[in-house]
Amino acid sequence: MPRSAWTDRQVDEIIGNLLRSGVILAAAVVLLGGGLYLAQHGSTVPDYRVFRGEPADLRGVPGIVQDARALDGRGLIQLGLLLLLATPIARVAFSVLAFALQRDRTYVAVTLIVLAVLLYSLGSAGR
Amino acid sequence: MNLVEFALLVGAGSLGAGFLGSLTGLGGGVVLVPLLALGFGVDMRYAIGASLISVIATSSGAAAAYVKEGYTNLRVGMFLEIATTLGALGGAFLAARVPTSWIAVIFGLVLIHSAYLSSRTPGTETDGGVSDVWARRLRLDGSYPTPAGPETYHVQAVPVGFGLMFMAGALSGLLGIGSGAIKVLAMDRAMHLPFKVSTTTSNFMIGVTAGASAGVYLNRGYIDPGLAMPVMLGVLVGSLAGARVLVGARTRLLRIIFSLVILLLGIEMIYNGLTGRL
Repeated sequence: MPRSAWTDRQVDEIIGNLLRSGVILAAAVVLLGGGLYLAQHGSTVPDYRVFRGEPADLRGVPGIVQDARALDGRGLIQLGLLLLLATPIARVAFSVLAFALQRDRTYVAVTLIVLAVLLYSLGSAGR
Repeated sequence: MNLVEFALLVGAGSLGAGFLGSLTGLGGGVVLVPLLALGFGVDMRYAIGASLISVIATSSGAAAAYVKEGYTNLRVGMFLEIATTLGALGGAFLAARVPTSWIAVIFGLVLIHSAYLSSRTPGTETDGGVSDVWARRLRLDGSYPTPAGPETYHVQAVPVGFGLMFMAGALSGLLGIGSGAIKVLAMDRAMHLPFKVSTTTSNFMIGVTAGASAGVYLNRGYIDPGLAMPVMLGVLVGSLAGARVLVGARTRLLRIIFSLVILLLGIEMIYNGLTGRL
């Protein structure tokens, strides 16, 4: 089989770096948002006993981005969580590319199926 | 208790859960939901949402290191992720239709099962040198580093492993856990992968599995930033610290204690579920 582009070893290396930087970036944004959130609302009393569900703007990508740009603490945390969520998706997307460059059709199909399921799930939060 | 105190307490609890979870290899997610629900009185849905987020963080954080060491079998992981992601999506949809008291009972049963699994020694089955027809077709066989150089292994019972992975995914989506125990069971016992390959590949898959239900959770408003923030950061720091200590640490006694804790939490979850308190 032609292995012109990347070897499996190199793919491992790149995937490892991708996962690490994704998590670090997400944690940094969550930390920043958390600091702001506690500074803005630190003295209020939290109540998680009764489930109300999040407000609409914190349930979908457009609303979260909007809140985060307004430097709202909760919006920024949620943006960090979206970045975290994007990390495995980016990993799978990269795997599609790597298998395509290795001309491994079976695994291009396998990874595309996984990518489709992930995007479908995120898509339900896209509105 | 105001927000700052709440965040510090939840963060410290999550740090401990992540530390013990990675040190014992049992995962932090299984104790997080009971900790939040029973300890802090958090609604099951918020607890499950926050736990799922922390599962993605630890999986990606730990997998980054393992993938580079060459233990992870990427092909096995990718192929089985079809089963886990579909299962997780199903589990996440189911989570909205099942009363939380039932979820608490199912959670308790899974906890008791994990405690039982961890009391057994890891499988050291060696394969018979032949691989499953699916393993050959999908080129799943691989090799892993040993002190005596790379050692090859053959993969067996792929359909059984695939079925178990679907179940692992469904439980992950329903309960907000990584369900690493069932993933390892599928690869180690059914598919006869070496134990170290099973655990690292399981860890690699957990993030993608949880990612498949996280979108649904987010959309349904289960993921609260004020709760997810201390949980995610605490578990992440705790599990990375645990992975560092793990090398050379004597974890046998700790594992036994942690299994007992999990067993007791399981019983308490079932009790609270049956009496309708969760």
